[in-house]
Amino acid sequence: MRGDVSALQLVLTADPALMEIVRLSLVVSLSAVACAAVIGLPLGALIALTRYPGREASIVVLNALLGLPPVVVGLLVYLLLSRSGPLGTWGILFTPQAMVIAQTILVAPIIAALARQTIEDLWLEYRDELAAMNVGPAGRVATLLWDARFSLLTALLAGFGRAAAEVGAVIVVGGNIDGFTRTMTTAIALETSKGDLPLAIGLGMVLIAIVVVVNALAWGARRAGERLAG
Amino acid sequence: MPARRTALAFAAAFLAGVSLAQAQAQAQDRSIVVFSTTSTQDSGLFGHILPMFKAKTGIDVRVVSQGTGQALDTGRRGDADVVFVHAKAQEQKFVADGFGVKRHPVMYNDFVLIGPKGDPAGAKSKDIVAGLKAIKAKGANFISRGDRSGTHSAELNLWRASGIDIAKEKGPWYKEIGQGMGAALNTASASNAYVLADRGTWISFKNRGDLAIVVEGDNRLFNQYGVMLVNPEKHKHVKKDAGQAFVNWLISPEGQAAINAYKINGQQLFFANANAPGA
Repeated sequence: MRGDVSALQLVLTADPALMEIVRLSLVVSLSAVACAAVIGLPLGALIALTRYPGREASIVVLNALLGLPPVVVGLLVYLLLSRSGPLGTWGILFTPQAMVIAQTILVAPIIAALARQTIEDLWLEYRDELAAMNVGPAGRVATLLWDARFSLLTALLAGFGRAAAEVGAVIVVGGNIDGFTRTMTTAIALETSKGDLPLAIGLGMVLIAIVVVVNALAWGARRAGERLAG
Repeated sequence: MPARRTALAFAAAFLAGVSLAQAQAQAQDRSIVVFSTTSTQDSGLFGHILPMFKAKTGIDVRVVSQGTGQALDTGRRGDADVVFVHAKAQEQKFVADGFGVKRHPVMYNDFVLIGPKGDPAGAKSKDIVAGLKAIKAKGANFISRGDRSGTHSAELNLWRASGIDIAKEKGPWYKEIGQGMGAALNTASASNAYVLADRGTWISFKNRGDLAIVVEGDNRLFNQYGVMLVNPEKHKHVKKDAGQAFVNWLISPEGQAAINAYKINGQQLFFANANAPGA
């Protein structure tokens, strides 16, 4: 971004560079939440609904993964995707795909842990009914995920919040490349290192505003969905 | 049936996620990844010269900025096509070990010793060695990059030239922050400390607070940049032709003129010297 401009100016003039950064941030974080939901929701439901040896331990581990440090995840994905690493032939280090992979790893435990709690609470209500209807494990997972869909939205939003706010993983695997892998958070880190603190704060405000808008949209969708579902 | 609908929703979400990411991956062919230093990035030089290179060749240059040591490590692992850094001894070792094809000198700027305007250590002079000795004697706060960057290794060389074994003689006044040039300047600005910086980053740095240049113009503060193509014989996937085209352009009269033309507030930041003997 150009020197000597305020973040407000960039927003008001719909600065193309800023718009590209906002777009990439949303694409990467929403893609990661989508991928993490595919992994995390069924996983959380399975842990909630099945009983197996070591289940308590797996819940503790899952909850502990909520505190996974982004920079460590970034480094692990970096080493995996490096040309000298096991997945080096994919050639996707320093691309948005690598950023989606890293954020998926960060977000999946959050969605799984929150989904597990939600589903387990709901299971207490449904247990007798589903047992009487003789529904198998896969059917139970699907039924409960569907019936808890509005509560699970909170889990997805928590995951999105984590993804949109983190800088440690995306800067390591994405490289903060101008116009290609620069997101809101890595742009803020860059402007800070250039000593342009007002622009960095301004970009931070823009990021917060984006997160508020995404949450408002999700809330609206939830209310509309609840009305439709009666 | 809720189960089927849920499964469909999952599949749709997954596909959406993957295809969004795929769309990002397009047009990757005519691009190279260049690892450079925080000083070239934070000073804005690339923003000035890369559009010219792209207009001429159509090649997208993706710049990742790290300290020199880290950038060379990335080249060793094969994750860069070109490295553009500033620590001649480390660069020569990189080429000698077979990781780089050939080192080409590109340009220079110089380091400046930055410190509080009041100069509490009395370091102000034209002599960097005298300045560092004064800082050490007074125990004035000094911020070191501490990140194996080109600037960090230049700083360590200057302590050595001052006859000070900084690893042994450092006290609480000497703070290694392990971060880039901008972060080091921010830290110095916040704590009114001395810091060694490259002039380019200093000129474009905005959060100066009470800091000013304390020592400049000493020959020992000279800062040479070199560029190398990562050796395609070590790493097969290195984009040899596009990478070499970038190296050739940097050291061509056109590229050299573009570097010389970059100015902030009327001040030239880098001085092209691809043809200087021994650079």
